[in-house]
Amino acid sequence: MLDTSEIETFDATAVNSARTRQSLYAARKKIFPKRASGQFRRFKWLVMLVTLGIYYITPWVRWDRGPYAPDQAVLVDLANRRFYFFFIEIWPQEFYFVAGLLIMAGFGLFLVTSTVGRAWCGYTCPQTVWVDLFLVVERAIEGDRNARIKLDAAPWSFDKLTKRVSKHAIWLAIAVATGGAWIFYFADAPSLLRDLFTGHAASVAYMTVAVLTGTTYVFGGLMREQVCTYMCPWPRIQAAMLDENSLTVTYNDWRGEPRNRGAKKAAAAGQSVGDCVDCNACVAVCPMGIDIRDGQQLECITCALCIDACDSVMDKIGKDRGLIAYATLAEYESNMALATAGGTSAIDPKKVRDDNGKLSDKVVTFHWKKLLRPRAVIYFAAWSLVGLALVYALMTRDRLQVNVLADRNPQFVVLSDGSIRNGYTVKLLNMIPEPRTITVSLDGLPGAELSVVGMDQTTARSFEVEADPDQLTTLKVFVRQPRADVAGQTQHFTFIVEDKAGTESDRYDATFDAPETRR
Amino acid sequence: MSDKQIDEVTGVSTTGHEWDGIRELDNPMPRWWLITWYVTIAWSVAYMIAYPAWPLITTATSGLLGYSSRAEIRAELDAAELARADYVAAVAARSVEEILADDRLRTFAASAGAAAFRVNCVQCHGSGAQGSPGYPNLNDDDWLWGGSPEDIRASIAHGIRFAEDPDTRYSEMPAFADILQRNEIAQVASFVATFADTAGNASSEDIAAGREVFAQNCASCHGEDAKGDREFGAPDLTDAIWFYGSTPSEIAAQVRAPRHGVMPAWGARLGDTTVKELTVYVHSLGGGE
Repeated sequence: MLDTSEIETFDATAVNSARTRQSLYAARKKIFPKRASGQFRRFKWLVMLVTLGIYYITPWVRWDRGPYAPDQAVLVDLANRRFYFFFIEIWPQEFYFVAGLLIMAGFGLFLVTSTVGRAWCGYTCPQTVWVDLFLVVERAIEGDRNARIKLDAAPWSFDKLTKRVSKHAIWLAIAVATGGAWIFYFADAPSLLRDLFTGHAASVAYMTVAVLTGTTYVFGGLMREQVCTYMCPWPRIQAAMLDENSLTVTYNDWRGEPRNRGAKKAAAAGQSVGDCVDCNACVAVCPMGIDIRDGQQLECITCALCIDACDSVMDKIGKDRGLIAYATLAEYESNMALATAGGTSAIDPKKVRDDNGKLSDKVVTFHWKKLLRPRAVIYFAAWSLVGLALVYALMTRDRLQVNVLADRNPQFVVLSDGSIRNGYTVKLLNMIPEPRTITVSLDGLPGAELSVVGMDQTTARSFEVEADPDQLTTLKVFVRQPRADVAGQTQHFTFIVEDKAGTESDRYDATFDAPETRR
Repeated sequence: MSDKQIDEVTGVSTTGHEWDGIRELDNPMPRWWLITWYVTIAWSVAYMIAYPAWPLITTATSGLLGYSSRAEIRAELDAAELARADYVAAVAARSVEEILADDRLRTFAASAGAAAFRVNCVQCHGSGAQGSPGYPNLNDDDWLWGGSPEDIRASIAHGIRFAEDPDTRYSEMPAFADILQRNEIAQVASFVATFADTAGNASSEDIAAGREVFAQNCASCHGEDAKGDREFGAPDLTDAIWFYGSTPSEIAAQVRAPRHGVMPAWGARLGDTTVKELTVYVHSLGGGE
């Protein structure tokens, strides 16, 4: 166990703290986050691996759909207006599935934010993940915090130039790979990769790569925390979603204050001493450049790296972990009341400890059951309902559809034998990537007969058509009813389409118009 | 000008504008904003040099890049023409029957024909080709001069009773006011009205007399069974379609002083290919034979 005075103190100041409130127009102060290690850092490495892995690998996954559809598992085929996701194929009119997923994403975000705070920001937001990746490169080339500060302050030399050029070169390479991976979602990945290198890809592909390279490089390498602090609306929105039972990264000043670098001396002098040794380790690791000890603040993305930094210091000096910890506002206030005797005195760390110096039983700690409050349950219920509705819609959706447009000009035609003819544009949607033989027939409208422009083989009330795989087939259909059978100016009937081989069918209610009867 | 006023709180001079005691600070523009503004000015100068910009008396400066919106639209039209060229050549080389037999060619020709129809034909035949009194409905299956592809093509190419085309379709029904007595015209009108079921309370004697008049005067063109003759463009009087009306008085008027429709010849004006496309369109409206 180390004495508090042996703990390394970092020369780190927050870029914007309560004590040194800066002007809104101040120039950016550079931040050199130190590498943290601990359970949250390990979890963040894992999240980074998984999210980047999904992003880069997904377009290369193959999925056999037969000869009439692409074999890429995830493909947004804008040219043909099809979206493929493994076994699901979506046509543009089925975009509500995407809308449903967006609603789920919204409720999911509400659920996550109201329970575990800004977990999205701290772990999975692309900005966070890519900044983390860029920092890995920076540390590998320029060293950790102190080396980087020194290098930044040093005059230009060959060594500095080499390091800077190689860092930016690798950043640019990552940025190109990021922009490059994006376009593979929109075309056949292997052939697009070949075209990309041989210069045969579409200009929009190159432009997309260029734009995303630029944004990745600028956001991930140069702007970093400024994107979160100044550009992103989410910190403002998330702040409104938190309540007193949401987990946030909290500095427990009820046990940390008064902070002191020479705890033994102060204790000997009879001063009250908190757990915080004021080593600034939490500030040094913060990628946002803030001091979590100032309390909850807009800049904090709750990446929890300060928890790791503080925990390792607490381990060294033999104190309980959790001086900085995930805690809810309710817990914090309850413990704070304990430490200040209900707000009547200054923070006295002794009040939260028992005689052995251990944290007292009255200290409230987090329990997962606190997450099960009505708000979270309602969010989860809404999220699941939308999800179940989507699954139901997916299971029951039509893969054979018919749309009918009645001719409006002319509405009807009187033929030489007095019979009435109406024209219809019939659109058959064969929404599976296999050719099908579709039977189109009439239901209702006694005596009426069908004929199709460009087709000879129609029986009186039905005909068969070869529907191309995954295509819309448009037919011009005439329906003719003898004068004697015409029953009124407007008659209702139904077009029925059936897959000859399967069981799928669809109906369309149409009307048959006739002239006013004379006399 | 008044003295320069300095705002006490910020230390920034004001513009001197004041509204109800509120004064406007004279803060400088943000630098990025100024730079953007200067860039747009530089851009506008470069644009004026590179592109047509300054109006002169009869023309305008042409710009270094030689851009012209007319040339651009011409290039687009040429490209569209080129894209259609194969189809147009195929339509030009084939007969209407051959085009109708080929699915893709028929679709192309019908679309092209529909476009040509909207420009040249809708004035008389209507936008849906539904016709109007005196102008035939092209959707139905009743054809004065024949509904086969070749018949339709000939009607479009050479017109109806169009004096400037030697091959035009021509016929004329005599004005029977000079030939028949008034009561004979009434009788024959009553007889013809029986086909449309509009004869009303005409006596059977009148109708029988009308039948006689018809056999002597009308059957030579309209046929003994009154089913017409496409050779003369003589309408079928037994069907449900009546060009100039089906009541006895409307029929009598047409017997006394017949009206005759005229259609211009389009072959010389639109060219063979467009006439074929129009033919395919009209034929596919539903009444083609």
